[in-house]
Amino acid sequence: MHLSQSKIKELELRANDMREELMEVLVEAGSGHSAGPLGMADIFSAFYFHILSHDPKNPEWEDRDRLVLSNGHICPIQYVSLANAGYFDKEELFTLRKIDSRLQGHPHRGSLPGIETTSGPLGSGLSQAIGIAVAAKLNQKRYRVYCLASDGEHNEGNWWEAVMLAAKMRINNLTVVVDRNNIQIDGYTEDVMPLESLRDKYEAFNWQVLEIDGHKIEAIVDAVNEAKATLEAPTVVIAHTIPGKGVSFMEGQYGWHGKPPKPEEAEEALKELRSLEGKIRGEHA
Amino acid sequence: MLNKKVYLDNNLFSDKAKQAALRDGYGEGLFEAGKKDPNVVALCADLKDSTRSNFFAKAFPNRFFEIGIAEQNMVAVAAGLAVSGKIPFVASYATFSPGRAWEQIRTTVAYNDANVKIAGHHAGISVGPDGATHQAIEDIATMRAIPNMTVIAPCDANEAKKATLAAAKFVGPMYLRFARENTPIMTTARTPFKPGKAEIFYSSSRPQVAIIACGPLVHKALVAAKELEKEKIKTIVVNSHTIKPLDSKTILEVVEKTGAVVSVEEHQVIGGLGSAVAELLAKEKPTPMEFVGMQDVFGESGEPEELLDKYKMSVEDIKEAVRKVKKRK
Repeated sequence: MHLSQSKIKELELRANDMREELMEVLVEAGSGHSAGPLGMADIFSAFYFHILSHDPKNPEWEDRDRLVLSNGHICPIQYVSLANAGYFDKEELFTLRKIDSRLQGHPHRGSLPGIETTSGPLGSGLSQAIGIAVAAKLNQKRYRVYCLASDGEHNEGNWWEAVMLAAKMRINNLTVVVDRNNIQIDGYTEDVMPLESLRDKYEAFNWQVLEIDGHKIEAIVDAVNEAKATLEAPTVVIAHTIPGKGVSFMEGQYGWHGKPPKPEEAEEALKELRSLEGKIRGEHA
Repeated sequence: MLNKKVYLDNNLFSDKAKQAALRDGYGEGLFEAGKKDPNVVALCADLKDSTRSNFFAKAFPNRFFEIGIAEQNMVAVAAGLAVSGKIPFVASYATFSPGRAWEQIRTTVAYNDANVKIAGHHAGISVGPDGATHQAIEDIATMRAIPNMTVIAPCDANEAKKATLAAAKFVGPMYLRFARENTPIMTTARTPFKPGKAEIFYSSSRPQVAIIACGPLVHKALVAAKELEKEKIKTIVVNSHTIKPLDSKTILEVVEKTGAVVSVEEHQVIGGLGSAVAELLAKEKPTPMEFVGMQDVFGESGEPEELLDKYKMSVEDIKEAVRKVKKRK
C-alpha cells in the first residue's frame, strides 16, 4: 500500500478537519467524550481514507475489512469519519445523543451503517473481533479485522481472556490498535491501574508488538502493513497518542476524558485547530 | 388424564418410565444441527464432555472452539461469529454462562441482535452434591429481563433435543436451559414442539386448578395431577417450555377454565415462569396463584430428590399448593 507525500498530507488535513467537526458536534450534543476522539483522529483518518477496503455505498459488502471499535465511547470520531467517507450526510452528525437519532451515545450495530458491533461496556471488542476473524477463515474470506481499543479497558478481565485466545488460535487476520493515551476517567492509567510494561505483557502472551507515534500517518500505515505480513501471531500496535490532541487546554488532561466542551471552550478549540491546519499545510509546503 | 393429542409416553407414570438427561438431548441435537447446517458452530468453556458438546466437537473439529475457562470471552466471540453469518451455540454451566457472562449477553448478543444460542447446563437445584455455587436458580429471571431474548426450558431429554434443533433454525438470541441428572422421559418423537407454543399434557373434565410447569418438574406436576384425582381434585397440566415469549393464549384459556393457578419450576419464584404467568394474569385476568419453586434462598449439597423435598418442589408440595389455591378461589 504505497503512501505518497501528497496522500500523507491529505490524511493529515482530513484528520484536522474531522477534529473541527468533532468539536462542533460535541458542543451540539452537550455530553460525550472529548479527549479520546481528538487523540484518535489521525488513526481514524488513516483507516477510513487509506487502510480499510470498504464501500460506504454498500456497507454490507461481504468482503469489506471490518473495523471493530472496542472502546465505544470514542464513537463521535468514528461517526465523523463515517460521515466524511459518505456513509451518511454530515448534517446527521448533529443528532448525536439526541432522541430518535441513529447516532447513539455508544455505537449500536443496526442503527447506523458502518457500525460492525455494539460496544460501550469495555473489554469485549477484541472477543467480538476474534469471532469475526474466525468467521472469515471459516467462510474463506480474505478480509481483515481491525480492533481499535483504549488502554484503560485493559483493566477488564475479558480483554485478557481474548488476548490469550487470539494467541492460542494464531489469529493472523486481526490487528489490534491500542490508543495508549495514558488517561482514563479517574486519572492517569498508571495511577488507576498500572499497565506497564504493556509491551512486555503482550509479548509474554505471544503477540507481535509494534509501537508507534499515533499521530504520524506514515507510522500508522507502516505498522498495519507489517501486521499484515505477519502470519504466525496476532499483532498489537501500541499507538502512543496525546489525549485531546490539537486543543492545547485539553491535551493530556484526564478531566477531558468524559465531557464535551462548553460553547466558549469549543470556540477556543476551533480557533486553535484552524491555526493547526495552517501549520500542517506549512509543513508540507 | 393424559392429553392424547400430544402423544406422551404411556409408561411415564410407571416405575419402568425411561430416564435420560436433558444435556444428552442437547448433545444429540447439537450434533444433528451441525450435520444439517454447516453454519452451526459450537463453543465451550472447558466443559466439553459435561455439556455434551463433545459429539459435535469430534464430528466437526473445525467448527468447535475450546475457549478455556472464560465465559465472558466465549459469549462475545460467539457474537462476533454470529454477526458474520455463523450460528454459534455456547455451552457452560448456567451459573457461569449466562451467570458470569450476563453483561456480554446483554450487550454483544441481545442488543447487538447476534444470532447466538446460549446453552445453560446443570440448571436447577437437582445438580445436587456440587452445592449452591453450581445450582443455577436465577438464570430464567436474568435472561428473561433482557429484551430480544427468547427463553426455553425443555421438560425432558427428547424435548431438549427438539429445542436444540429448533434453536438452530430460529433466528435471534435464545437461552436454552438444561439439567444434569437423568429425569423421566415424558414426550415422544410425535409430541409437538414449537418455540412459543405451550402444550397441555394433562386435563380432566371440569378442571379446578391449572398447573403451569417447565423443565423436568413437569413430571412431578403430572404425578401430582394424577394423585389428586383420588381426592376428586381436577387439574390441567401445561408444559410451558417457552418462558419468553409466554404462550399467553394457551395460558389464558386454561385459566379461564380453572380460575386458579399453580406454577412449578426448579428456579427462584422471583422472576421465573411463575412471575411471567403472574405478570400476564395481573393484566388480563387476575387469578389466585401459588408458586412452587425456590423460595428466595440458596440450595446446598445433597442428592437431587433430597433437595427437591427439602426445598419444597416435591409431588406432595405441588399437591399442597393445588389444595391451597383451590380454597382461595
